[in-house]
Amino acid sequence: MSSPKKIPITVDGKKYDVPKNINLVEALSSQGIRVPTLCWYKGMDDCLGTCRVCTVNVNGRPSAACTLNTTEEMKIEFDTSELNDLRKSIIELLFVEGNHYCPSCEKSGDCLLQAEAQALEMTHSRFPYEFNHYEIDYSGEMIILERNRCVHCKRCTELFTNDDGEKVFSFIGKGKDTQVVINKETEKSLSKHKAQEAMDLCPVGAILVKGEGFKTPYGERKFEKEPLWIKK
Amino acid sequence: MDKKVISTISLAGCFGCHMSFLDIDLKLLELIELVEFNRSPLTDIKTFSKRIDIGIIEGGCSNDENVKVLKDFRKNCDILISLGECAIMGGLPALRNHLTLKECLEEAYFNVPTSNHNQTIPRHEDLPQLLDKVYPCHELVKIDYFLPGCPPSGEIIWQALAALIKNDKLEISKRLIKYD
Ligand code: SF4
Ligand code: FES
Repeated sequence: MSSPKKIPITVDGKKYDVPKNINLVEALSSQGIRVPTLCWYKGMDDCLGTCRVCTVNVNGRPSAACTLNTTEEMKIEFDTSELNDLRKSIIELLFVEGNHYCPSCEKSGDCLLQAEAQALEMTHSRFPYEFNHYEIDYSGEMIILERNRCVHCKRCTELFTNDDGEKVFSFIGKGKDTQVVINKETEKSLSKHKAQEAMDLCPVGAILVKGEGFKTPYGERKFEKEPLWIKK
Repeated sequence: MDKKVISTISLAGCFGCHMSFLDIDLKLLELIELVEFNRSPLTDIKTFSKRIDIGIIEGGCSNDENVKVLKDFRKNCDILISLGECAIMGGLPALRNHLTLKECLEEAYFNVPTSNHNQTIPRHEDLPQLLDKVYPCHELVKIDYFLPGCPPSGEIIWQALAALIKNDKLEISKRLIKYD
């Protein structure tokens, strides 16, 4: 098989040769440039484009990098103080919109929102904390939905199904009233393993497996062992 | 070099951040050569007796007394630091923020199993009045620096103080930023 055609792109004024028509986040990553992401993950077939944490300037326009494929002569701005601040402010907004009490969260240390916040050196949010109220749903057989932490990334609603291929999570409501709900029928049949898969898929601590959490000792949790900002 | 003057206070916090301060261990000996403590629970001095270089706030504002103390710190300190999650975003005390004050007090005094069933909510002019919710400190006064963590590590506290004592720019290492 012939290797994919390489095309030139420019990132922050530097030229790179990358495969044509591949996901822009992947392309930059292959050149050692890590773009922050929250809804997107490596190997994802269809990007969701919901969080905008991956915003870069493409040919002068702010765009979500995970929603684009590489094209010839793309001119990308990534590591500028303005864009770093923009990405950080998106993370800060998520922190004030939900209720992220990290000290009492089962997912703390394994949470992508936290890990990106740390990589962007967030010490606090410059926006007023909203302290909105979200109901926690304990009614599932296997799963607790802790909506205070949901960042509405749609990973669970778009990418997760039970063993029979049926959807378990969906959104109801609009705008700021959007909330994730469980389909009780399809949730019932989840194996422990499948429920854990849902918990791991959720970038934050909104999907929890009943009885699970706080298992990994402090200091040994995922992003403590492998912080995102350490160059691999 | 004149010694820098430090003051600290715990508002709606658990004193964990102050404990973490003591976790700088042997560095305390170094610190005490460079600073003097004024108003602080560590000295038990209750009022400011001079201008303060660095004020450190643990805890958010849950009642009117907290607000008064915070404003007093802002007035008397050149640099003010929010130390820990509670000062920065309200922390666990802010878990009450989605309840009304009425619901919150009724739960605490009437509905809990340990309630003494005499159905009174303490109220006296000497008791601080609870605010409608717990406020992060920087929503009430200007805060110059934020040291996150629950509690922040002794190391981040030392790194921040070491820089500020030398009048250096405060740059916090990424690896010391945490939220729990
Ligand atoms: S529950 Fe988790 S995976 Fe689902 S939308 Fe919310 S944050 Fe995303
Ligand atoms: S990672 Fe690109 S929009 Fe979420």
